[in-house]
Amino acid sequence: MKFLDEFRDGRTVANLVKAIEARVTRPWTIMEVCGGQTHTIVKYGIDEVLPAAIELVHGPGCPVCVTPLEVLDRAHAIAARSGVTFCSFGDMLRVPGSRTDLLQLKSQGADVRIVYAPLDAVQIAAANPDRQVVFFAIGFETTAPANAMAVALAERRGLSNFSVLVSHVLVPPAIAAILDAPDNRVQGFLGPGHVCTVVGYEEYEPLVDRFRVPIVITGFEPVDMLQGILMTVEQLEAGEARLENQYGRVVRREGNRASIDLIAQVFEVCDRKWRGVGSIPASGWRLTERYRAFDAERRFHVDVIETQESAECISGQVLRGIKKPHDCPAFGAGCTPDNPLGATMVSAEGACAAYFAYGRLKTVHAQAAM
Amino acid sequence: MSITVGGPALVRDLLGSCPLPFTGYDRVLLGHGSGGRLSGELMSRLFLPALGNEVLNRLEDQGACALPGLAGARLAMTTDSFVVRPIFFPGGDIGTLAVHGTVNDLAVGGAVPLFLTAAFILEEGLALEDLRRVAVSMKRAADAAGVTIIAGDTKVVDRGKGDQVFITTSGVGLIPDGRVLSIAAARPGDKVVVSGTIGDHGMAIMSVREGLEFETTLESDTAALHGLTEAMLAACDGIRLMRDPTRGGVSSALNEAATASRVGVHLFESALPIREPVRGACEILGLDPLYVANEGKLIAVVAADQAETLVAAMRQHPLGRNAAVIGEITADHRGSVVMRSVAGGTRVVPLLAGEQLPRIC
Repeated sequence: MKFLDEFRDGRTVANLVKAIEARVTRPWTIMEVCGGQTHTIVKYGIDEVLPAAIELVHGPGCPVCVTPLEVLDRAHAIAARSGVTFCSFGDMLRVPGSRTDLLQLKSQGADVRIVYAPLDAVQIAAANPDRQVVFFAIGFETTAPANAMAVALAERRGLSNFSVLVSHVLVPPAIAAILDAPDNRVQGFLGPGHVCTVVGYEEYEPLVDRFRVPIVITGFEPVDMLQGILMTVEQLEAGEARLENQYGRVVRREGNRASIDLIAQVFEVCDRKWRGVGSIPASGWRLTERYRAFDAERRFHVDVIETQESAECISGQVLRGIKKPHDCPAFGAGCTPDNPLGATMVSAEGACAAYFAYGRLKTVHAQAAM
Repeated sequence: MSITVGGPALVRDLLGSCPLPFTGYDRVLLGHGSGGRLSGELMSRLFLPALGNEVLNRLEDQGACALPGLAGARLAMTTDSFVVRPIFFPGGDIGTLAVHGTVNDLAVGGAVPLFLTAAFILEEGLALEDLRRVAVSMKRAADAAGVTIIAGDTKVVDRGKGDQVFITTSGVGLIPDGRVLSIAAARPGDKVVVSGTIGDHGMAIMSVREGLEFETTLESDTAALHGLTEAMLAACDGIRLMRDPTRGGVSSALNEAATASRVGVHLFESALPIREPVRGACEILGLDPLYVANEGKLIAVVAADQAETLVAAMRQHPLGRNAAVIGEITADHRGSVVMRSVAGGTRVVPLLAGEQLPRIC
């Protein structure tokens, strides 16, 4: 497939690995920020082909994982109401709150629908004026333009039966929180390629300066990832800390103007809780005053629901790169994709779920040799 | 020997030797019909304890048993229900599926399909013209497959209590003397063969259902495979097992084989035949073609020294033109399917818990 196979080519991958091997003189810890990047690493076994000196740790960039438990509980409270059609991206459906998940609610009669685009939910609202249609607007900067577009369109069409449950999170404050932590181990970042496609990477330049850390905006295919790692290693070995853009075929420094303008119209910055991490100041978006009427939390009076995280799960440390999934005693035993204890096991993009789903061959080999 | 990565719990799960606890659901979810682990749990924790017996417990696609008077041949019987929305889709409809699916479940056991029965659950309000089209499709598919529909039944449920039409077909066939295929028969060293491109049916259905438009139309691969299986069995006596990878896709079929045969399956990603539009649609939706349903494809495990002969014979048949070796059976990682990626790394290809859900980004 054009523009895809080139970026998965085995020979190019091997050449990049050789180039990384040639540059590395000592161990480096690099974090890939995005859930999609974690997925690629595990799906293609990227960590297996890298030299042992490079340790990849998996960042907080899985939108499903970091959506806090209380927002899930609020979503489930809304979805359980009669007269509500609750629309969501697919992988939010099996994420458990403290009591249930959307798939179970659906089996009990709730009208829960998977949509591929927020605008589909607007269409459902227009076609069903007797129903309250709620879209679960989660995600990083990547999903924000489409979510903002849905709200703006609903306003323009005067759809009083449409609302959004917003739990938007932002990448730069999360990177700052990771680097600020006293136990931080991360020495370089593969930056979030698709987030930066939308909002650009100007916001990352102050992080590079403040923390003296290399950030390389990186794409999502194996060749992208390895090139991003090579660029990061070159900076680390040279003692440099710069912002670089590996994903130049998609990302511009200034981002996408139309998207940024639309986001600014619909969303404003707010403090936000992250599942497994806690509250991070100015790390989320909520609806601006103009669009507050479309806020499902208000419409359904669920903003009073508050929930505490389970204490046994180490997903907060996994999200910040301090621990790996298999460092957790519950991993694969008390905590599985069927029965996740915490953030990073719930979504296919979460580090624990990715490790569980794709496994590590060396684990299997170890068993075979027993 | 100690385990350095993952811990024993993970290893057990990957190897399937210690089934996960029955998932904490007290109601049926859609995932219980996905062909993945929830479906497997329904079988192992609910149906087999209630209904199990020597034949059923083998979990083949068809039950096979000796009958007096068959002179070495064995009777094969199977049944399958068909629920699909929309009922008409590019490449076929629910009627063709209902015939092909049951014919294929017989064929992959080495049986010659003979007779089918068909039961219809109709939703009040279904257009008779639609039902007629479905019936005509079934007749055409049965004629083409050389099977006769010899009994049937019809029930009607209240509007809203069904989805237009559900069809259950049962099939009977004969397995000639000497043919022994079994999901438990794969051996280390054997090769894994697929009869053609994977994921065509599931992505065709999904593209219509979700209104996705591509430059080319995605068509279901629905087809009766008994002609192909007969050609394969005539060309080669080293076939250990065959499966048609329907719901749950190639991954589920191979995981079942790995578990039942107590072997590992090693796949080569670069060898998987996948049509470009199917790959594209999977990329867009964040789905893995290994988990997408097929309705006119089969997976075979064959002795290594006969793999080339088998693939050559399959390619002579219209339904096997894109046949390819996609992997091998190994004594390593018994019970699991492992794939070498195009980038050179490896990953385990597990049974999914339930439905494959589209990813957010």
